[in-house]
Amino acid sequence: MESILFYILAVIILTAALFTVTTVKIYRAVLYLLIALLGIAGLYFLMDYDFMGAVQLSVYAGGVMVLFVYAVMLTEKVGEPVRKIALFRRIIAAVTVLLLMGLALYAIWNFDFPTASNNKPTTINRVGEVLLSTGDGGFILPFEVISVLLLSVMVGAIVIAKSKKSKIENHD
Amino acid sequence: MILSNANIFSQWLESTSGLGYVLVLILIAALYLGFFAVAGLMLVLMERRVAGFFQLRLGPNRVGPWGLFQTIADALKLVSKEIFIPKQADKFLYKAGYYIVIIAALIGIGVIPFSRQIQGFDINVGIFFITAVSSVGVLGILFGAWGSRNKYSLIGAMRSGLQMVSYELSAGFAVVTVVLMAGSLKMTEIVEAQQSTWFLFKGHLPAIIAFMIFIIAGTAESNRVPFDLVEGESELGAGFHTEYSGMGFAYFFLAEFINMFIIAALTSTLFLGGWLAPFGITDGLPAQWFWGMFWFFLKTGVIIFLLMWFRWTFPRLRIDQLLTLEWKYLLPVGLVNTVVMALFVWKDWLIDLGKIFGS
Repeated sequence: MESILFYILAVIILTAALFTVTTVKIYRAVLYLLIALLGIAGLYFLMDYDFMGAVQLSVYAGGVMVLFVYAVMLTEKVGEPVRKIALFRRIIAAVTVLLLMGLALYAIWNFDFPTASNNKPTTINRVGEVLLSTGDGGFILPFEVISVLLLSVMVGAIVIAKSKKSKIENHD
Repeated sequence: MILSNANIFSQWLESTSGLGYVLVLILIAALYLGFFAVAGLMLVLMERRVAGFFQLRLGPNRVGPWGLFQTIADALKLVSKEIFIPKQADKFLYKAGYYIVIIAALIGIGVIPFSRQIQGFDINVGIFFITAVSSVGVLGILFGAWGSRNKYSLIGAMRSGLQMVSYELSAGFAVVTVVLMAGSLKMTEIVEAQQSTWFLFKGHLPAIIAFMIFIIAGTAESNRVPFDLVEGESELGAGFHTEYSGMGFAYFFLAEFINMFIIAALTSTLFLGGWLAPFGITDGLPAQWFWGMFWFFLKTGVIIFLLMWFRWTFPRLRIDQLLTLEWKYLLPVGLVNTVVMALFVWKDWLIDLGKIFGS
């Protein structure tokens, strides 16, 4: 059962990823990328790593993709097919990609993947304990640093929104 | 775990294997799909009746007893309508639009516990999962609007994206205040933690503020009045679904109502004790799954009525007022409220009715 689901998801992810880079309509590329990201979230859920799957959904599929949608609208001639790239550049790109792919494949084939000894699902409670643990393998420092960063970003956004007058408002 | 075994669906799944397992999965999915359609149609009918109530008229009352079949007739009309797609439209994106919206709404329903025994899947990160899925739904609106190549659609969808991304933060903070009290993200555990006192009363002041923030943010996230700039018909035609006809339009319409149902169901689960009876008055009776559903749908119905009341009471906000409300008021209040709630939970200043009445 699991392996069938895995292969279905793998086919979806790979096809969507392929279409993302080959389509000439940039907006469709965004949709294909969304499908690929959703497939990856599906893989996390298949592995019983629910928290990671939900994070994938909310951060990548929900947050980053909305940003992409807005960013793509700012590009030049967004509704028209992407213009053809010169042959020379294409060759350079192909060589680089092949080299990278070779490197990745080499690493994957030569790595001896150990079978995980515990197959218990990772619960959110466990994630929380590890994030806040100060002992070995604890993530308290990076967690706190990121928390402070994000909190200051949010407070900064509120402060900017609350600032008295912006130039646009002065205009009228 | 005892709770997950009480779930009827997982009992079904455990009793089968192989092909039967797949068949049961399909059956459960079909059940949810049926619920999706029926609940959507009933909500549309309820909306029209409530609108009639607030405007001192009757509303639809001719088709079937008390007008019950009115929306079914409407749905049949929509099915029989011609579906036309604009010539310039990007058909793939145009169609992907409503599928994404509908799938996101359907997955959201799956996690909501209708009663102790009836829940699609009780995922470990429950409430976080629902917020994550609902944030994907907005992409359907954006893609559909872009695909239909209409400036009004696009403006509506841009507003929708802006609104969803902003108000998600406030809704998230309101959820976090509840999670602080429950100590779990799992839907069933959140409900079970309210056994003695519902969270709305247990957390008194910060919980009531969180409740209000969640209702406001939820109304905004389901694109309802007073936050329906997305389809403000006086400015944008029909907003993001201007170019959709027949069932294409109906899908968006259904998904919107189901999203409202999800918001109401989440409110009743997070703040009003979900399937739990008030003071446990039906606890000893047989057919607990029925009573759980009864209380759940009663509470959800009250919240839905409240949301519809908003719709026929408040005038529509302007886009800058909408953003001002979120970024200048709701978000700072929500942020401080979360800290206050953390303090209350830490110092144990919560109200436990079970201790007061000694039951």
